[in-house]
Amino acid sequence: MDNPLTGSAWVYGDNIDTDLLAPGAYMKANLNELASHCLEAIDREFASHVKAGDIVIGGDAFGIGSSREQAAQALVELGVAAVVAKSFARIFYRNALNLGLPVLVCPQLEDIEKGDNISVDPVAGKVMNHSKGQSFDCEPIPPELMTIVNAGGLMSYLKDKFSRESR
Amino acid sequence: MAENKGNFESSNKTQIDRPQTLAQKIIANASGKKYVTPGEIVTCQLDLVLMHDSSGPRRVKSRLEELGATIFDPQKVVLVSDHFVPATDPESAEILALTRRWADENQIAHFYDMQGICHVMLPQQGHLKPGMFLVGGDSHSPTGGAFGTFMVGIGATEMTGVLATGEIWIKVPETIRVNWDGELPKGCSAKDIMLFLCKKLGMNNNYKVIEYAGSTIANMSMYERMVLCNMSAELGAKTGIIAADEKTLTWIKDTGQDVAKDALNWQSDEDANYARVYHFDANELIPQVAAPHSPENTHPANSFEQVTIHQAYIGACTGAKLSDLHMAAEILKGKKVAPGTRLLIAPASAKTTEWAAKDGTLSILTEAGAIILPTGCGACAGMGAGAIANGENCISSTSRNFKGRMGSPDSNVYLGSPYTVAASAIAGVIADPRDYL
Ligand code: SF4
Repeated sequence: MDNPLTGSAWVYGDNIDTDLLAPGAYMKANLNELASHCLEAIDREFASHVKAGDIVIGGDAFGIGSSREQAAQALVELGVAAVVAKSFARIFYRNALNLGLPVLVCPQLEDIEKGDNISVDPVAGKVMNHSKGQSFDCEPIPPELMTIVNAGGLMSYLKDKFSRESR
Repeated sequence: MAENKGNFESSNKTQIDRPQTLAQKIIANASGKKYVTPGEIVTCQLDLVLMHDSSGPRRVKSRLEELGATIFDPQKVVLVSDHFVPATDPESAEILALTRRWADENQIAHFYDMQGICHVMLPQQGHLKPGMFLVGGDSHSPTGGAFGTFMVGIGATEMTGVLATGEIWIKVPETIRVNWDGELPKGCSAKDIMLFLCKKLGMNNNYKVIEYAGSTIANMSMYERMVLCNMSAELGAKTGIIAADEKTLTWIKDTGQDVAKDALNWQSDEDANYARVYHFDANELIPQVAAPHSPENTHPANSFEQVTIHQAYIGACTGAKLSDLHMAAEILKGKKVAPGTRLLIAPASAKTTEWAAKDGTLSILTEAGAIILPTGCGACAGMGAGAIANGENCISSTSRNFKGRMGSPDSNVYLGSPYTVAASAIAGVIADPRDYL
């Protein structure tokens, strides 16, 4: 992940929970169907209008609630390139990185509006709002986790590990 | 504990003793160290892994196959089918069939099929012992902390890694100490404590462990202690923990399991460092209700004005254990559920139903008009029987009232203790249980 990710912002508030991201009623459905209901309880446009490369902005405790990994997977399925939030619920944070979805903790984040043109640099820990000419510093992802993100998620990381060990 | 992973003998004897919290001690032991410091990332060996039908086999099977990995130790895996039970349609039936096949193929030592909710099955079957380090594929895994263990929830990809390797990295958390002293007033329970704390501490206690202590907790039953640790998930904490005492050991022995001689050594050091310490007086607590759509939106139960209740639900790992059914029965004895209100009760395990039938609790509940549902997660996560319609209000003994969780996105869920849910079922509106005791 060498280049900053650039896309259009979808902005939400605090406590975006896993039932909003992956509603229980669709948990039996396949991922594509489930993703089409992502966030529908608060934003009926999101799932149908979000474009590959777009960036989701949240407030505090993004992903709070259940351990269901589909909450992060639905965003990946819809093509979301990164999530930036003031803070994350810990299971969601781990799930997202394990799936290779960059998630950045950015407590100072402010003034971002829906549709703003945003760049995220997960390695440098920077978020830029080109529409407003602002930039924000983020918490660096710990190096132990970067190895997993750089491998493209935990599965690829483990595959490397197991193939090395069986050699 | 089956084995001692720490290498205490070889550590530097001149090192000054550093006081540690209980959580730190368990993590240190699981990572083979004498001490750990908050913020440090360590790799821990797992004593036990909990999985369920929703996030379990159906999500890890193909991933494990992709890796060509086998399970690190099938003896250390507990699998429970509780989310999609009993099957309500062909999809859920398939998920359960897959779960059963996988348990068989992988010779999972402990598979509880439709016997109860995973967080209740672990202690009921005597799997939890002080000092253990465990993970569960579910966000209410902190429940296990009531038995002096360190137990955290993880997602499915991570579960694949855990099953393949038997270990997990963890960032050592700080601990917040929450002391409750005094006697809980009539009509108040552990659930009221937790709803009160959701409001007081907020839901963003990320990367922190909440350690509960004080005379109120010492006097609580193990069932009630489980509620505290269970709803630590709603506080956004990494987990909840309560140091073991004689009650803990008695529970474990009653399940037929042995207890290690040093089990009570798993305590926080007296001068351990806490991120924060809170003191609360239990005598001052009054029944609490969380309004839609967040557990932190909590207010005293007597402050709600005429909120019509369409459905009252007593269920989930949080609120349908034997002690919860007893609370409901205390209120419902000789009373009737209000016309226009339905009271649904899904006991947390098959054993719970059996015990409640034996001691007469079930007949009190059904005579009052309660409908008894199958054991399982049921309506708690909007997966089983008891979903609610557009515009309906439900008061529930479960742990979460996120928008849309129990059915229609335009329904409203209020959270309360089993006392409060039962009182509201009789009143037909949100009610303060103290008026019914
Ligand atoms: S009863 Fe509810 S909270 Fe408990 S494990 Fe099941 S879905 Fe989760």
